[in-house]
Amino acid sequence: MAEQLRRPWPRGMIGRLLDSDLFYSFSRSPVTVLAALVTAVMMGAAAFAPWVAPHTPFDLATLDLLDAFLPPAWMPDGDPRYLLGTDDQGRDVLSTIIYGARVSLLVGFAAVFLAMFLGVALGLVSGYMGGMVDAVIMRIADVQLSFPTILIALLIDGVARGLLPRDMHEEMAIYVLIFAIGISGWVQYARTVRGSTLVEKRKEYVQAAQVIGIRPWLIMLRHVLPNVMGPVLVIGTIHLAIAIITEATLSFLGVGVPATQPSLGTLIRIGNDFLFSGEWWITIFPGAALAILVLSVNLLGDWLRDALNPKLR
Amino acid sequence: MIGFVLRRLLQSILVMLTVALIAFGLFRYVGDPINNLVGQDTSAVEREQLREKLGLDDPFLVQFARFVKNAAKGDFGISYRHRRPVAELIVERLPATLELSIVAALIALLVGVPMGVYTGLHREGFLSRSFMTLSLVGVSLPTFLIGILLILLFGVVLRWLPTFGRGEVVALGWWTTGLLTVSGLKALIMPAITLALFQMTLIMRLVRAEMLEVLRTDYIKFARARGLSNRAIHFGHALKNTLVPVITITGLQLGSIIAFAIITESVFQWPGMGLLFIQAINEVDIPVMAAYLVMIALFFVVINLAVDLLYYLVDPRLRVDRDRATGHG
Repeated sequence: MAEQLRRPWPRGMIGRLLDSDLFYSFSRSPVTVLAALVTAVMMGAAAFAPWVAPHTPFDLATLDLLDAFLPPAWMPDGDPRYLLGTDDQGRDVLSTIIYGARVSLLVGFAAVFLAMFLGVALGLVSGYMGGMVDAVIMRIADVQLSFPTILIALLIDGVARGLLPRDMHEEMAIYVLIFAIGISGWVQYARTVRGSTLVEKRKEYVQAAQVIGIRPWLIMLRHVLPNVMGPVLVIGTIHLAIAIITEATLSFLGVGVPATQPSLGTLIRIGNDFLFSGEWWITIFPGAALAILVLSVNLLGDWLRDALNPKLR
Repeated sequence: MIGFVLRRLLQSILVMLTVALIAFGLFRYVGDPINNLVGQDTSAVEREQLREKLGLDDPFLVQFARFVKNAAKGDFGISYRHRRPVAELIVERLPATLELSIVAALIALLVGVPMGVYTGLHREGFLSRSFMTLSLVGVSLPTFLIGILLILLFGVVLRWLPTFGRGEVVALGWWTTGLLTVSGLKALIMPAITLALFQMTLIMRLVRAEMLEVLRTDYIKFARARGLSNRAIHFGHALKNTLVPVITITGLQLGSIIAFAIITESVFQWPGMGLLFIQAINEVDIPVMAAYLVMIALFFVVINLAVDLLYYLVDPRLRVDRDRATGHG
C-alpha cells in the first residue's frame, strides 16, 4: 500500500487500470505474468501471421520439394532458413505453426463467443422469467451436462457433416467446428448467469424498473446483464482453453479443419504419419505449441478466477 | 421415494426418445436411404418397390415408432460402407472398447487413490508438490498428445511396445479378449495409460481434497487422543470415509472414459467402437452413427440413473433435500 501511495499513477483509463487491485494481484504473481506474456506473444504472432512468419507455407510457388523433411536448424542436416525444420511438402514448420495457431485461436474465440452469447441469453431469460421457460431450459442443460463436451461436439460435427453435401465439407469445416464447439459449451454460462440473475431480480433497482413499466427484455439487457457479467468473463477464459483443446482434438481425429488450411490439431495429425520414420519435429513442435498455449490460457483463467471472486469455484 | 424414482425414470426415457429422434432424423432425412442401399443401375420402378417395402412412404410417426421398435431389438439396419448389419459390427468391436475402458478405470483408481492419499497427508512435501504440478500439466495436455508422446518414446525410440492394434486375441464365445496373450497385454499398456491419465489426476485431486476435509473432523482428533497409530487413523478411519464420493465419481466417469476412448482408439488404431464411429463420421455412414449415438446415450442414461438412485438410497440427507426441493417446484 505504502508503495502505491508514494507513486501516484497518472489519471485516466490506464492509470486506473494500473492502480487497481486486479493489476496489483497480477504483478505479484510471476507465473501469471509469464503466462500472460506467452499468451500475448502467441496471439500476436497468430494475428499478424503474414508479417511474422518467416515463410508463406500455403503459397505453392514458394515451396520446393527438395526442402522436404529437413530437420530443425540445430541438427546435423538442418538448414538455417528453417528454424524448426520442414514437413513432407517442404513447408517451414515454424510458419505452419504460426498460421495453424491463427486458425486454432480463431475457432476457439468464435466458439467461446457463440457459447457465451447463447448461454448468457438463455441464462438471463431462464432466471428472469422463471416458470416453464426456466424448467425447460434447465432440464436441457442438465441433460447436456451429463454427456462429455467432446462427445457432444463430435456428434454435432457428425450431424452437420451428414446434412452438408460432401463437396462442401472442406470450405464449411471451420463454421461447422465453431458451431459444434459453441453449442457444446453454453451450459456453464447459462447456469452461472441464471444463478446471479435470480439474485439481482430481487434487488430494488430491478423492482423499481418494473414498477415504472420498463419492458422485461429491456430490464434484462440494460439493468440485469451488466451486473451478472463478471463471472462470465472468468468462465470465458477457462472455456477458451477447453475450446482450443476440443478444436485440436476434432481436427486430430480428422473431422475438423482440412489439411488445406490446417490448425494446430490438423498439423499434429499430418505429422503423426511421419513419427515412425523418425521425422518427429513435424508433429512434436505443433504439439508443444498447443500445450504451451493451452497451459498459459489455463493459468490466466485460474488467476482471474481467484482474483475477481474468491467465492467462484 | 416412488415419486422420485418415477420422475427420474420418466426423464431418462425422455432423453432416450430425444436421442432416438435425432438418430432417426439423421437416418431418414440425411441423404436418401434408397440411394445408399441400391446400385446405380436399379430402375425407378424397383426403387419405388423397395421404398414401399421398407415403409419409407408411411407417416412420420409410424416410421419413428418402427425405428424405435427396431432399435430396442438392436436392429439398426445395414452399414452403408461395410454392407453388413450394424449390430454385428458393434458386437464385434464392443469387447475391445470395454476391455480398454475397464483396464484404464482400474489403473486410474489404483494409482490415483494412493497418490491422493499421499498428497493429502504430506501437503507440503516435495513429492506432493510435484504430483500437483504434474496434474496441472496433465490437464493442459490433450489426450491425443499424450498418446503421441508415449508412442514416440516407447514405440519409436525405445521400441519396447507395439504402437497400434490389439495384438493377438483369443475368442471366448463371441467375446474376443486380448488379456490372455502376451502381445495383447503389451498392446494394451500404452492405450490404457493414455486413457487413464486424465481420470487419474481427477481422482487424485478428489481424494486429496476429501482427505484434507476428513482429517479436520472431530472423530479423527478423538482417534488420535485414543492413541491409535497413524496408520490405523489414516487408512482405517480417514480413507474409508473418503471412498464414497470417489466410487460415485468413478462410476460416473466410466461413461466419459468410454467416450474419450474414441480419441485413444484413434491414436493407437485400437479396433473398438470409437474407431468405428470416427470412420462412420468421416464417411457419413449414417446407420453406424445412429446406432453409436443411441448406444452411448443408453450407457450414460443407465449409469446416471443408477448413481442417482444409489445416492438416494445411501444418503438420507439427500432424500430430505430432494423432497423439499421438488416439493416447491
